[in-house]
Amino acid sequence: MTKQRTFILFSLLPALLLLAVFTFYPFFRGVVMAFQNYVLFDLTNVRFIGFQNFENAFNDPKFLYALRNSAIWVVSSLTLQFLIGLSLALVLRRGFRGRGVYQGFVFYSWALSGFLIGLIWKWMFNSQMGVVNDLLMRAGLIEQRIGFLSDPNWAMVSVIVANVWYGIAFFAIMLLAALQSVPAELYEAAGMDGAGAIRKFFSVTLPYIVPTIIATTLLRAIWIFNDPSLIYGLTNGGPAGSTHILSSLMMEKILSGGDYGSASAIGVIMLAMLMLYTVFYLFVTKSEKVGDF
Amino acid sequence: MTKTRVLLSLKVLYLSLHLILMVFPLYWIVMTSLKPKKDIFSFPLHYWPQQFTLENYINIFKISKFHVYIGNSLLVSVLSAVIVIAISILSAYVMARFTFRGHKQIMMAFFSTQMLPGFVSLAPLYLLLAELDLINTRFSLLILYTVGLIPFSTIMLRGFFQRIPSSLEEAAMIDGCSRLGSLYRVILPVMLPGIASTFIFAFVQNWNELFAAVMFIDSESMKTLPVAMNSFIMKFDVDWGAMSAGTVLSVIPTVILFAFAQRYIVEGLTQGAEKG
Repeated sequence: MTKQRTFILFSLLPALLLLAVFTFYPFFRGVVMAFQNYVLFDLTNVRFIGFQNFENAFNDPKFLYALRNSAIWVVSSLTLQFLIGLSLALVLRRGFRGRGVYQGFVFYSWALSGFLIGLIWKWMFNSQMGVVNDLLMRAGLIEQRIGFLSDPNWAMVSVIVANVWYGIAFFAIMLLAALQSVPAELYEAAGMDGAGAIRKFFSVTLPYIVPTIIATTLLRAIWIFNDPSLIYGLTNGGPAGSTHILSSLMMEKILSGGDYGSASAIGVIMLAMLMLYTVFYLFVTKSEKVGDF
Repeated sequence: MTKTRVLLSLKVLYLSLHLILMVFPLYWIVMTSLKPKKDIFSFPLHYWPQQFTLENYINIFKISKFHVYIGNSLLVSVLSAVIVIAISILSAYVMARFTFRGHKQIMMAFFSTQMLPGFVSLAPLYLLLAELDLINTRFSLLILYTVGLIPFSTIMLRGFFQRIPSSLEEAAMIDGCSRLGSLYRVILPVMLPGIASTFIFAFVQNWNELFAAVMFIDSESMKTLPVAMNSFIMKFDVDWGAMSAGTVLSVIPTVILFAFAQRYIVEGLTQGAEKG
């Protein structure tokens, strides 16, 4: 028995030690910074200021705008990625010759970084030389070039389009994997009971893949909410802050202002929102086993 | 036409549409990278370059140490992925096979790391690495990338372990294998698809990481590819020829790796998802 305990201890030690030193310790130190005046160019003046950073955030129109954008960004990206990814996975479920090659071409976006995807789409959305404008004009859908990234109304739509494009592969892969694990007997049994295709989908397929759906949407929502890299590459929050989400605003506070205090406050607010979301989500979906995929 | 034929044509149409939508951005960036500068900024747009040139590719090696960045990215990404796998296999195995006091809390700790907004930790990490005298070293990235991926890899590998009946290693242990020995000789070969997909995932994440690298690295000889691409925007106010050539070079390894491995990954995930 003691031998087993030693084995458990030593197997977990490297992972836990590294996490403690390089993940949890810096994170808690960062949380402390949220209650400090901590500005890179003013390091002699580091001091505790209570909730001042939080108050400042909620009084800042830029923050409130980013808050609103974050909601739009997460909900619309997630919904579209999921629906398109699911439909693709359903179509791909029954194999066909060349499916492997097809998947290779369709799923590669999964392997690219948000930052590079941002750059690629920045070039495609370019108002002068951009291919998106060119295609729309050739198709006769628009008469004048659209400033996709310079017009605040279009900019948010543009970053969401790029993000949806980016995320389809992830959902398709995860859902395809789940679909392929549905035992064939279940369909045979449903078929003998006289169930049609639609009926089979709702009473066999869907219940079977629900755990995967819950896990992927939960993880993906957190990821989309937390990752500013696509926005950084595509618009860097512009024009005039119109495409900032909370994470990109936090990034800007650090990279251009060195204001770690305010940035950390935004981070703490984000974490609080994520925790609420996760608890709510797990409660609504009655699932505590998320992640077991 | 019969109903099935209509359905089939719809399927083919849908799949083709997806293919075009997903491939076009990459096609476009490749084509841009192969056009001479004057053609990149001229009308009308050409969907097939009138003239192919490698000048953009030659150019990025001239204006920057692109081969050095590639080397740095490869070194850090591969090394970190290997270490991640080594560490996570042990933690995942233990988390899959045993229940013990603190088991649930440790699992929670792994999960919770996935939620932490990265930028909160960046400044304190900078301070910590400065205290350890690791700023502007590839070692700092190696540590951070490894630590960053341990939780997800553990969760993923744990799923794969749970698929494998524990009777397998128990049999080996009765035959006189130690626990580590049976893990190494009996379980790991069965786990290969899972290990491969976890490794590729880790490699791709490291290869793509930007923000930590931007913060912790500033000397030319230590830069990784994403950092180099990032300074391209700053320095040259987006020279789209160089930018597209750089983008193509930085996506090639991950795209190729993924093209070969995606089948494996879906299979691996299926196994992971199927656990009883």
